[in-house]
Amino acid sequence: MSSAVPTQPAERPAPENFGRALKAAFPHTVPVLTGYLFMGAAFGILLQSQGFNFLWAGLMSLTIYAGAGQFVAVGLLAAPFAPLSAALITLMVNARHVFYGFSLLDRFRGAGRARPYLIFGLTDETFSLLCSTAPPPGVSRAGFDLAITVLDHLYWISGGMIGALLGSKLSFNVEGIDFVMTALFVAIFTEQCRTAKNRLPGLIGVLGSAACLAVFGAANFILPAMAFLVIALTAGRAAVEKRMGA
Amino acid sequence: MTSAEALITILAVAAATLATRAFAFLLFPPGRPTPPYISYLGRVLPVATIGLLIVYCVKTATPLAYPHGLPELIAIVLTGLIQWFAKNTLAAIVAGTIVYMLLVQSVFT
Repeated sequence: MSSAVPTQPAERPAPENFGRALKAAFPHTVPVLTGYLFMGAAFGILLQSQGFNFLWAGLMSLTIYAGAGQFVAVGLLAAPFAPLSAALITLMVNARHVFYGFSLLDRFRGAGRARPYLIFGLTDETFSLLCSTAPPPGVSRAGFDLAITVLDHLYWISGGMIGALLGSKLSFNVEGIDFVMTALFVAIFTEQCRTAKNRLPGLIGVLGSAACLAVFGAANFILPAMAFLVIALTAGRAAVEKRMGA
Repeated sequence: MTSAEALITILAVAAATLATRAFAFLLFPPGRPTPPYISYLGRVLPVATIGLLIVYCVKTATPLAYPHGLPELIAIVLTGLIQWFAKNTLAAIVAGTIVYMLLVQSVFT
């Protein structure tokens, strides 16, 4: 049991390093910049159509910081006051985020004071960037992760406030721009499969989720899919670990 | 809904969102070793979860009715091929998104 307690993380994003971390992180976040400005703007437009101005949009994007969750929240704000059911609906909509924590448990142990904020900021897009990028020499892992999370958060807040300010005055045709998020996930997934020693987890993820979508429908498939993934990955553990050499 | 009620609703949604993200960290706080099974899940869940996210993104496509999910399928295959062979993530994302926008705006209207 002597090695049970992990050593206290020595690295912590020092102020003088954070500019360098931001500079290193920025190129990786450009797809999210595009997606968050447009998706955030779509949220802001929807919110102001319900009578809430850009300050409300900023507040929601700052404190909630969840794409699908905030679109659902607009509907909750338009409905009669029911905070408990609002919380329960949000738990359902964002249930997939539980997996991100399990994936980053060990990683965030070294994050020091940034850890609570990194956990708060675990959106779909930030999670997939954290999983697929590495800091250059001279930039700490924690500082790099913090830079990605801060940048993404700022993009999201800006998008929401811009959308609520401009409202319906935006009229150019951006139909389909939201695909930038799908493309981001596809590119990261492809890269992980290309370099993986074992492609079984990725296959289980896509095919299992697609099967659950076919069976349970678009509105209800996330929880069954999550359960299926855990069961299938558990059942396949021996085969996966043998090939991963773990 | 009054402003105070709206504020409480927003805080409830924010707290629930944070709860989903913090769940695993509360269950396995630092200072205690992560059980091997949980570590294993931590290593295989990222790619499986990103697979789930892709399906989540295209869940409103209609394979049995026009346009049969073709815009999504074409753009996803294109994005994947560029990433696989050119290993350029930004190029893959930009090309996939532009092709998708062209398809839904001008081809499959």
